[in-house]
Amino acid sequence: MSERSRGDVLVDVRDLKVHFPIKRGVLFDRTVGHVKAVDGVDLRIARGETYGLVGESGCGKSTLGRALLQLTPPTSGEVSFDGVELTTLAPNKLRAMRRRMQMIFQDPMSSLDPRQNVESILTEGLQTHGIGGDRDGRRKIISETLDQVGLPRWALSCYPHEFSGGQRQRIGIARALVLGPELIVADEPVSALDVSIQAQVVNLLDELQDNLGLTYLVIAHDLAVVRHISDTVGVMYLGALVEEAPSDRLYTEPLHPYTRALMSAVPVPDPDVEDRRERILLAGDLPSPANPPPGCRFHTRCPWAQPTRCADERPELREIGGSRVACHWAEQIASGELRPHQVSVELVRPAGEGEEPSVVSAPTEPGSFV
Amino acid sequence: MTIISGKKREKIDRLAELAARDEERGVSLWQDAFRRLRRNPAAIVGAIILIVFVLVALVGPFFVPYGPKDTMGIREGVVKVGQGLIPGPSAEHWLGYDHQGRDVFSRMIVGARQTLLVGVVATMIGLAIGALIGGVAGAAAGLGGRWGRWVDTTLMRFIDMLLAMPSLLLAVSIAALLGPSLITVMIAVGMVSVPVFARLLRGSMIAQSNSDYVLAATSLGVRKSKIALSHVLPNSLAPVIVQATLTLATAIIEAAALSYLGLGNPDSATPEWGVMLADAQPWLGIRPALAIYPAVAIIITALGFTLLGEAMREALDPKLRK
Repeated sequence: MSERSRGDVLVDVRDLKVHFPIKRGVLFDRTVGHVKAVDGVDLRIARGETYGLVGESGCGKSTLGRALLQLTPPTSGEVSFDGVELTTLAPNKLRAMRRRMQMIFQDPMSSLDPRQNVESILTEGLQTHGIGGDRDGRRKIISETLDQVGLPRWALSCYPHEFSGGQRQRIGIARALVLGPELIVADEPVSALDVSIQAQVVNLLDELQDNLGLTYLVIAHDLAVVRHISDTVGVMYLGALVEEAPSDRLYTEPLHPYTRALMSAVPVPDPDVEDRRERILLAGDLPSPANPPPGCRFHTRCPWAQPTRCADERPELREIGGSRVACHWAEQIASGELRPHQVSVELVRPAGEGEEPSVVSAPTEPGSFV
Repeated sequence: MTIISGKKREKIDRLAELAARDEERGVSLWQDAFRRLRRNPAAIVGAIILIVFVLVALVGPFFVPYGPKDTMGIREGVVKVGQGLIPGPSAEHWLGYDHQGRDVFSRMIVGARQTLLVGVVATMIGLAIGALIGGVAGAAAGLGGRWGRWVDTTLMRFIDMLLAMPSLLLAVSIAALLGPSLITVMIAVGMVSVPVFARLLRGSMIAQSNSDYVLAATSLGVRKSKIALSHVLPNSLAPVIVQATLTLATAIIEAAALSYLGLGNPDSATPEWGVMLADAQPWLGIRPALAIYPAVAIIITALGFTLLGEAMREALDPKLRK
């Protein structure tokens, strides 16, 4: 925490929740429950920092990114951007603020309007915010941006379908950059690209951060990519942060059992180490976010789960030696006092739970976990 | 093997770049679709049929050999309906006389204009009302939040009511309500296609509203109204345009059906293919050709529109793009 509090905080998210109602009914929509995509997330991103967000698919990391930018309205909680509270901001003021926070999408093809050429894509944001004054002024900004992302000048008159995947992602990055933002939320920015192109785009993002002093929130499931570009990494599980630590520390000294399992899945480029190292295989699927387990969200799959506390007390993020961890037993697990269960498979998936149809069949009182 | 020097490679790259730019760069989706349309033989056949039809409809009436209402056959005593005498094709009258002694060829040509007018106007009515309702509903449902969903539901229940009625029955009731005339036929046929256009555009717009580029535009700070008009709508139009082309075909057939049922222009002297078909009915036993001419003309025209419409569907389908 000491490291983070020193820096100038650009984004401060407090207890953010995004719950999507599950509607049912023939004539009248009836809310029968909520998918708790994001369920109480606190995080801070310092100016100029790259915050990496990892987690398996469906854990709510994309929803968190969108809720942070107010693209998905949060159910509750606060998001303050450079001291301005976004969740209660009037629509007009919010639109003006959008200039300062932009997004890069996973699939560059679907995030570019197929009927717009590159020039029109890049001009749209400038026009919206009245940047650059006249046509010539805008042209100048656009051509500077093209240089920054490494696209040729003739690209302006071309349409998205005429480019390769990597070039399309560069167009997406240029669209975000042209407004001169401070924060960029990159939702899986490279996972739709070939590996060779991934490196190029990651390096481009790095370079842009150095030159322009950008702050990134990078959402990804590729642990290697996140480690490469992030200063701080947050690990999400079922709508909540389970651990947050400086990137190197998280990868060398994971504290939360879920993080340990995640890290043990990263292959090591040394065959001897690869053969000997311990691997933690998690049994079972991600529980339904409509009906998350009580207590610690992870206790149904946790090899270290204890009979006390885990099942009935939701752990808060606690600071342990520079990391923030949401586990009651983090110290004991780190010291080796607690050993993983031998019988974890049975513990993780009690009979019957596997058959339980997810989402709709399990109505919960809305607000029971709020 | 020699290594190409840096300078040389640069030169080659630049040349390749130039070549690529001249040939392929800057081709929009519409241009691309048109290019593929031109390569499709069905589209060519359909287009030729339609060009001939439109040319005939536009300029044909100025060159017809006889007046379409001129009952010369009776006057000259050649046509004697009582004795079952309706002469067929001859050098002067290429398609013969009808039962009132009028020149069938002239009536076919003049009728083409009426038929085209009915088809186009009916489709335009359907397209305009349907696209308006569907566009508003689609934009409201896709981008309008809770209030928008309410607007969408209200509009769509109205459309469902239209859709629930059999099309011909709906057209007949409208025609009965407004009294038989050519305009009635246009309105009736147009109203029948309103729900089709409305549902099509709405569905297409809702699908587009959920796309990433709409999210991207939102995150740029673009107004919702502008997103709806400049992103969602243009990307939703392709299926509507295809449907409009196909509807032209059905509109002509349906207009002919209504005219045949006697709901069209009460002055049956004004030639229209559907009316001619109806008029020919009593004389099927004597001269079936009187019914066959307009029927074949209707079929060929409808075929032309259908061929072109299907080819456009293929050309505009993004999944079929190479």
